[in-house]
Amino acid sequence: MSNFIPSTQEERLEMLRCVGVSDYRELYRDVPSEMYLDGGLNIPEGMSELEVGRAVSAMAAKNHVFPTVLRGAGAYDHYIPSIVKYIPTKEEFLTAYTPYQAEMSQGILQSIFEYQTCICELTGMDVSNASVYDGATAAAEAAAMCRDRKRTVTLISAAAHPDTINTVRTYCYGTGSELRVIPAKDGKTDLDALKGMLGADVASVYIQQPNFYGQFEDAEAIGEAVHANGSMYIMGCNPVALAIMKTPRDCGADVAVGEGQPLGMPLSYGGPYLGFMATTAKHMRKLPGRIVGQTVDSKGQRAFVLSLQAREQHIRREKASSNICSNQALCALTAGVYMAAMGPEGMAQAAKQSMAKAHYLAAELCKIPGISLKYTGEFFHEFVTVMPKADDVLKALEKANILGGLPIEGGVLWCATEKVSKAELDKAAAIVKEVYAK
Amino acid sequence: MKLIFEKSVPGRGMEYLPKCDVEEVPLPAGLERASAPKLPEMSETDLSRHYTELNKNVHGVNCGFYPLGSCTMKYNPRIDEEMAALPGFTGVHPLAPKHTTQGCQEVLDTIRTSLCEITGMDDMTFQPAAGAHGEFTGVLLIKQYHDARGDSKRKKIIVPDSAHGTNPATAAMCGFQVVNIPSAPNGCVDLEALKAVLGEDTAGLMLTNPNTVGIFDENILQITRLVHEAGGLCYYDGANLNAVMGVVRPGDMGFDCIHLNLHKTFATPHGGGGPGAGAVGCKAHLAQFLPKSAAMEEPGHIQVRSFAGNFLVVVKALTYILALGREGIPEAAQNAVLNANYLMSKIKGTFEPAFDRICMHEFVLDLSQFKKETGVSALDVAKTLIDRGMHPPTMYFPLIVHEALMLEPTETESRETLDWAAEVFRQLYDLAHKDPEYMHNAPHNAQIGRPDEVQAARKPIVRYQP
Repeated sequence: MSNFIPSTQEERLEMLRCVGVSDYRELYRDVPSEMYLDGGLNIPEGMSELEVGRAVSAMAAKNHVFPTVLRGAGAYDHYIPSIVKYIPTKEEFLTAYTPYQAEMSQGILQSIFEYQTCICELTGMDVSNASVYDGATAAAEAAAMCRDRKRTVTLISAAAHPDTINTVRTYCYGTGSELRVIPAKDGKTDLDALKGMLGADVASVYIQQPNFYGQFEDAEAIGEAVHANGSMYIMGCNPVALAIMKTPRDCGADVAVGEGQPLGMPLSYGGPYLGFMATTAKHMRKLPGRIVGQTVDSKGQRAFVLSLQAREQHIRREKASSNICSNQALCALTAGVYMAAMGPEGMAQAAKQSMAKAHYLAAELCKIPGISLKYTGEFFHEFVTVMPKADDVLKALEKANILGGLPIEGGVLWCATEKVSKAELDKAAAIVKEVYAK
Repeated sequence: MKLIFEKSVPGRGMEYLPKCDVEEVPLPAGLERASAPKLPEMSETDLSRHYTELNKNVHGVNCGFYPLGSCTMKYNPRIDEEMAALPGFTGVHPLAPKHTTQGCQEVLDTIRTSLCEITGMDDMTFQPAAGAHGEFTGVLLIKQYHDARGDSKRKKIIVPDSAHGTNPATAAMCGFQVVNIPSAPNGCVDLEALKAVLGEDTAGLMLTNPNTVGIFDENILQITRLVHEAGGLCYYDGANLNAVMGVVRPGDMGFDCIHLNLHKTFATPHGGGGPGAGAVGCKAHLAQFLPKSAAMEEPGHIQVRSFAGNFLVVVKALTYILALGREGIPEAAQNAVLNANYLMSKIKGTFEPAFDRICMHEFVLDLSQFKKETGVSALDVAKTLIDRGMHPPTMYFPLIVHEALMLEPTETESRETLDWAAEVFRQLYDLAHKDPEYMHNAPHNAQIGRPDEVQAARKPIVRYQP
């Protein structure tokens, strides 16, 4: 018996005979003998399902899962409704391929069309793609779509997530395009410095809103400066915050991107996540990745298809602006279910409560002498404290099963979401207070 | 079927969150939304039923035969799903202190060791989120290698014309010029054509072996040697690894770096188009150029997406590899090849294979003569298969075969399924001669008829408008 291979020994012998060979080696007759492995792969023997379950579960058990998470920095512990966890496990959605055969995949295509619509609603944009790998690659793809023959330089805020900056830098390295980092001042993009960097060669400017430090950027003022220079404006956004915040469209963005993980994906040690990308009608044909469009079928009924494929790699090959061939379909489905389950009210609650809890935590922590907010600006659900004894604080919190803020240069970056109760926040503050009392 | 927005009723919803137990804080002036987003408002009953209805119109490999050539639609084991859903994995923050994430590190170390052994590589990253993403990463290794040596002449990447569209697109994304070389009549690399383009400006070659017509290139050692002699590096597109895993190693074929599709060869589910994982392996001389997360690991390296990659997908692949083990891995490859040859032998005599010889894990049917005779195209055949309950094979790829249908049954199909599939193809062959009109208008029993793709592109409607 072998795992997942139905054919029995007898059946295999019969099939070999039908094919006209006597053994498997003959099927590999083109393989030079010096590279043909005849057994002896140096990996452990296979296991029964019971043993495999035990082995992998044992690895999971070596991780410490914190019930209270006060750390964000690009991965957010929001509440995920049960139905949002369940629907993407349905076998059809889970094990289908990319919906190239529209007649057999209307369910997937429609769910993506619905996801695209929800992203357009959140961002205020006219068109969304079917998703890309994550927020960092979405930023990189947006920078690429804004470049043309005359303008090839990308400006990125130093207050963006370090992984976003590094990913955009990598994609720019690939095409030999220049990336310049706009300095931050007091935890926000330095608008004066940006104005000094805007030149005729700048294709686009990317900022994150709220930024890596949790601070609100002067998004509209930045947009005005960018457009005055004839460059394009890319905003990387938090999709839960967008339930209550001014849309990137209203702030003047040409492209809205961001990390979709907060829309129903668990922390998962970093993935799989979801990159969303949306733009105005004017730039639709520059958008990379899959797009689902509405049409009619031969009987005149509404139908959905992968559309505008002339942009993509299987048609344009080396002339394609991106090699992206897939999306994160199941994650986009997850996000669609989350947005539909929570609805505008639920998402607004998640956003408002996250902001409220973070401000409560900040206030409680800053009551403790020695701790203060590092930046003076307003923040959403993340903030940085100046915190001597950060190590001791985090150790003490860890002992109490709380994952404290992220130690960064000059302080600690804290986060609170709607999932954390006042009692947990009070407990955390009390522990920190105790550390400082010593 | 109605869209979710067409089922939405203002005021409906669920209470998933408790009331806020701390004081609300308003957004700063000028930052509030002008109006609420028009997201659906549904009860959970209607939400659940909406997705049930959608789900009925989706076909997955765990539901039926799915012989999509080059996609390796093998059965997705349930135990893999169970392991990836463990709270001990889903609840871990990527930036949690390392001493609290030892289990995740063990997952990555274990799978890295196994896959390096299976592929003949020395190191591997799991950061890329998809195959094309892995290709991008692999070609960036080559770019960094030449840049580090100060060799700025090497601007060309050689790609055979049988390659997947992502290959030349990837090379272009890495700033290289793509040099296409024609394939030999047997579908393999034309050695003379290769020699003619090799030179001091060669950065590397991108190749998959077995190739996209399902044939193992017996000249592979010579090919990689020629590229190395010219000073270039060899990149292996691992899309077809299911034919040879545990039987031949890309490292032994002479490749310097590779990408793997964990969602093909290692059985993680395709999810309707992702998330996958495109692991990238390399020999020791390229290991320093592998990507790392600035936030999670250290700055100063290339990076292709945030954090460590699609970790839960990697858990699924590891579970699969542990289950198969030393004997199961080559056994899967061998039976993938046997199943493909068996299916081909059962179809032969009606539709003609493009190459009438032993194939690897997939084979291509050439319908150009059939189309001349009957007027029925590969597309028509594919659409009629939908009516018969079979997901069509890959159409019109690779480009070097006309009216192509590429079939890859994989090892997880039973003999009865293969016999049934062959019988369906034989029936369609007959039907094309008797009633071609029926096939031009197929599918007849699917949820929709053929969609008007031209209209979709000309008048794009890409979102619902109330």
